[in-house]
Amino acid sequence: MARAVSTRRKWIATAAAWVVALVIFFPIFYMVVTSLKTEPEAIAGISLIPSGTFENYVEVQTQRDYFKPFLNSVIISLGSTLIALLIAIPAAWSMAFSPTRRTKDILMWMLSTKMMPAVGVLVPMFLIFRDTGLLDTRIGLTVVLTLINLPIVVWMLYTYFREIPGEILEAARMDGATLMGEIVYVLTPMAVPGIASTMLLNIILAWNEAFWSIRLSAANAAPLTAFIASFSSPQGLFWAKLSAASTLAIAPILIMGWFSQRQLVRGLTFGAVK
Amino acid sequence: MGNITLKNVHKAFGATVIIPDIDLEISDGEFVVFVGPSGCGKSTLLRLIAGLEDTTSGTILIDGADMTGEAPAKRGLAMVFQSYALYPHMSVYNNIAFPLKMAKADKETIDAKVRAAAQTLNLTAYLERRPGQLSGGQRQRVAIGRAIVRQPSAFLFDEPLSNLDAALRGTMRLEISELHQQLKTTMIYVTHDQVEAMTMADKIVVLNAGNIEQVGSPLDLYRSPRNLFVAGFIGSPRMNFVTGEEAARHNAATIGVRPEHIRLSTTEGAWKGVVGVAEHLGSDTFLHIQVEGIGQVTARADGEFTVHHGDAVWLTPEPTKIHRFDADGNAI
Amino acid sequence: MATRQTRTLARLMMAPAVVLLLIWMIVPLSMTIWYSFQNYNMLNPAMRGFAGFFNYVYFYTDPAFYQAIINTLFIVVGVLFITIVGGIALALLLDQPIFGQGIVRILVISPFFVMPPVAALIWKNMIMHPGYGVLADVSRFLGLQPVDWFAQYPLTSVIIIVAWQWLPFATLILLTALQSLDEEQKEAAEMDGANFVNRFWYLTLPHLARAITVVILIQTIFLLAVYAEILVTTNGGPGYATTNLAFLIYRTALLSYDIGGASAGGVIAVVLANIVAIFLMRAVGRNLDR
Repeated sequence: MARAVSTRRKWIATAAAWVVALVIFFPIFYMVVTSLKTEPEAIAGISLIPSGTFENYVEVQTQRDYFKPFLNSVIISLGSTLIALLIAIPAAWSMAFSPTRRTKDILMWMLSTKMMPAVGVLVPMFLIFRDTGLLDTRIGLTVVLTLINLPIVVWMLYTYFREIPGEILEAARMDGATLMGEIVYVLTPMAVPGIASTMLLNIILAWNEAFWSIRLSAANAAPLTAFIASFSSPQGLFWAKLSAASTLAIAPILIMGWFSQRQLVRGLTFGAVK
Repeated sequence: MGNITLKNVHKAFGATVIIPDIDLEISDGEFVVFVGPSGCGKSTLLRLIAGLEDTTSGTILIDGADMTGEAPAKRGLAMVFQSYALYPHMSVYNNIAFPLKMAKADKETIDAKVRAAAQTLNLTAYLERRPGQLSGGQRQRVAIGRAIVRQPSAFLFDEPLSNLDAALRGTMRLEISELHQQLKTTMIYVTHDQVEAMTMADKIVVLNAGNIEQVGSPLDLYRSPRNLFVAGFIGSPRMNFVTGEEAARHNAATIGVRPEHIRLSTTEGAWKGVVGVAEHLGSDTFLHIQVEGIGQVTARADGEFTVHHGDAVWLTPEPTKIHRFDADGNAI
Repeated sequence: MATRQTRTLARLMMAPAVVLLLIWMIVPLSMTIWYSFQNYNMLNPAMRGFAGFFNYVYFYTDPAFYQAIINTLFIVVGVLFITIVGGIALALLLDQPIFGQGIVRILVISPFFVMPPVAALIWKNMIMHPGYGVLADVSRFLGLQPVDWFAQYPLTSVIIIVAWQWLPFATLILLTALQSLDEEQKEAAEMDGANFVNRFWYLTLPHLARAITVVILIQTIFLLAVYAEILVTTNGGPGYATTNLAFLIYRTALLSYDIGGASAGGVIAVVLANIVAIFLMRAVGRNLDR
């Protein structure tokens, strides 16, 4: 039962929440506004009303070939997510539906690989990539991001699969379904929401990963994180264009993030908070 | 056909023995109920027959063929689960059709069988709905429908009514019994509720700690329970057990009298007691009486029998209905 | 709950994930440890050989190392403090009935989805820039001298940017935990005469304890490795003012080409992270037993 709340109290809470929310969101908002300004406007002091030019978006493409890093980001984040799912679905299936005494230990161990700081293995990874010719390739980055996120994918799928009652799979077995039939007709359709949100979170994490993608890529395979980071070197003031590039870089992920915010909590806390 | 034979069936999970050693014969067309308190191994026994668990040792024969190591689907059995285990992403139609699709039946056959089953179970109006949109009783019927279409040699029910409310439980009990009369297929039914066991079974198997305590028809078990466990488990309210001097007078370690086998009087009788709580059910009244030298005794009285808390009453057990047990709890 | 057949199959299906992660864990880590005992500088490839503990001694006696450790701690503790306190306050606010709750939630959560280089560049150029930044404009409007954030308060500036990115994470998780607090419990406490402060102290805070632990531990893992924000804004400077351990190792490895020294630094980073990891695993593991 919801309690009756006085209207006055609700208005005060509303005002406070909106002020805080707008302050937190302001940098993103201001970036979008700046992307619609001309370069002189962008450094002419605070102004929330841009002249509304889309020139910056055009120039980001024509001058800096924006599409290339964008495509790299798409390929790397989608690729690593799909490979991770392909490896993780069977693993999570067996852990959720055929657990042994060691299942919990294996899960914890998988999680522990996630704890290894990237910087601790930067040197060997750099040397391995250099010697195998994987440096600055999309394949190399895809492999690394797959491995980095695999534990989270296994964990998330495991927590979702565990919510599917075992009796339903047994019913399918009684009904004459083979193992393939069980997975194709029963398990997968029931797990679709869980698999979808796992996929979404993984794409977000891979898209925003900014250590390996900056260090292991150069001109060819650089995804958007590396592309944007390259703007940090002082090459004159072109904030409006930088804002346009940044807006394009975060827009798809921001929208995905808004849709997946509820599942996000569970994924990022390994099911510890739901 | 649906003869099922268990020979020396033994089941252990690691060091934990669930079923020490069981022999059981179930003949074709019988309605057999496995009943016992929770944790007695009745569900495990059912799952062993279904093939959802491996036996540790022993043999399971279905219609004479050794099915011990066979996959569940190959055994020709159908199961209705406690949670119904309906496929939530499929319509009622597709739920019922699923086993037929898995058996690669052709479209016309599937359609005919699904519609026939829906007809029998009053589900025709709901065929396009999802399980989530159905009531508990309807879900139960879909689960049964899914079992019927396979025309199995035996049905297995795992506590199918425990998730329903009391009124619906009564109705579904009748429906399942009616179904058994129509199909005449072997049914094995697991429950912890002795009322379900008594009302539905041709044959009751009472289980306790993985052992079969007694096998027999409902009335056999009611009239002549083999030991204290069966005596206490079958019948509601429970049989009254009396030990000590009163039992010794009957040459037994314990005697048992059912509440319905005690005559009550406000003036005279064998045992004198004081009325505690009286539960009025309308047709009957159950009196909980504190009897001197014996303890708490439950007795059934006529619905019109009016006594109050604290009144004195006299009780007389019917001499022919007294059950006698030795020191090991076995009936004499 | 299954038969022998399905169990065997289950083991097989788990194998690829286990084997891959095993390789991923063992190969690079053992290489790091191996190199940490080697003389290996890419600028001087001829001089290779066993170095004993030289790399460790060299790396750990470098004054930059102490500065980096202190900076790392400041970043972790500073960001944790801001995000936990701010997160609890925000979560309590958003848990109130308000108009437009959905939109407010979206606005608050957004910074978390902004990739680190973008976040760093927005703050550096558009918010904190001493000439053209919004904060400078506001200062001038108020008649104050604009602050040159990255020159005067470099570490604080980095902490602010990182905290802005992680505040939504803390808020979202604490809010989720808050919403799982039983409404009847709150009502019972109210019936028992507990006021808002009492309810927060005796009911809400204990209920949030586990979520707070999880937030602290997960953030610590990521905060120990803050990298892109520093690279884009200060590049570790001025001097070593914003160089944390991760950044120092990167500098040693890829700017000084000192493979041995960087590996020795990597080993301590792994050890540090493992100490935190042990606590996190306990917290998560307890949840598994539920």
